[in-house]
Amino acid sequence: MATTTDTRTDHASKLLAPGTPAPDFLLPSTPDQRVSVNDFRGAPLILAFYPADWSPVCGDQMSLYNEVLPEFHRYKAALAGVSVDGAWCHAAFARDRKLHFPLLADFEPKGGVARRYGAYRDGDGVCERALFVIDKNGVISWSYLSPLGVNPGADGILEALEALPSK
Amino acid sequence: MSAIASATLKPPVGPKDHMQGPPDAPVTLVEYGDYECPYCGEAYPVVKALQERLGDQMCFVFRNFPLTQVHPHAEEAAEAAEAAGAQGKFWEMHDLLYENQDALEPEDLVQYARALKLDLPRFVLEMREHVYVERVREDFRSGVRSGVNGTPTFFINGARHDGPFDLGSLLAAIEEAV
Repeated sequence: MATTTDTRTDHASKLLAPGTPAPDFLLPSTPDQRVSVNDFRGAPLILAFYPADWSPVCGDQMSLYNEVLPEFHRYKAALAGVSVDGAWCHAAFARDRKLHFPLLADFEPKGGVARRYGAYRDGDGVCERALFVIDKNGVISWSYLSPLGVNPGADGILEALEALPSK
Repeated sequence: MSAIASATLKPPVGPKDHMQGPPDAPVTLVEYGDYECPYCGEAYPVVKALQERLGDQMCFVFRNFPLTQVHPHAEEAAEAAEAAGAQGKFWEMHDLLYENQDALEPEDLVQYARALKLDLPRFVLEMREHVYVERVREDFRSGVRSGVNGTPTFFINGARHDGPFDLGSLLAAIEEAV
């Protein structure tokens, strides 16, 4: 575990911190649709950067969030996953896992959005496992970087949503 | 921030939990599991081996964490275990479910209830009316709050175990915890 902790410290400094306006983006959510951060204005948005589709476990991070979606909705929060996989790959993955939230393709330029959020791993060419809660005004209210191999679960997100002012 | 640090069991083990072993044992192992999850199926004999090895030094607790979108039978199977639990046979049903993970259709569940000599009309009625759905949800929500990040997720004396769950790894983690 020592090495993953070290990695976490190295990268934690560059992750966009609470209080920062969430950088806008325009990313494909399907092969023929694009979404921007502004599309989610007026309600909290959870952005979950993750390394890759098709991780070989059934309780993977995106499947977990799919199950927890009703809890997120209690805070009126929307959820979007982001990885460098292409839109067709996302479509196949989402269909296979029956995901009920969009997966955004940070595919071209590769990792461009992840870089602006400080959530890109240069050497590996994938997104970090990084979580952001963006408030209804488009400002980051919470961010968290997980060791790449550890699925961070959803407890931190729920605590962050709980901490948002209700008005 | 604190998602890793906060990966501790909430709420702690209590009287509502399904428990095997003395509640005051030096080791409490909690599993959040899904009856249709193949990895939980792999963990099932590992837990049995741990119980054999540690005897009354360990208390084992099982909480439901059905991943219903990927495992269409998991929710009903969890409710079946709870329905059996209401008749004092939670662990017997738990074992049958894990030993027959590929046969979790409603008629299979009824057959297991029959094999366990449960009050069958009551079991069937409670399953049809989803009497235990809230209990299962409660377990699920507690898992989410505890930082469960997939199935199976183990907690050793309240702290999430992030490593592999083969016998050697779990034993080592348990030894480290006590």
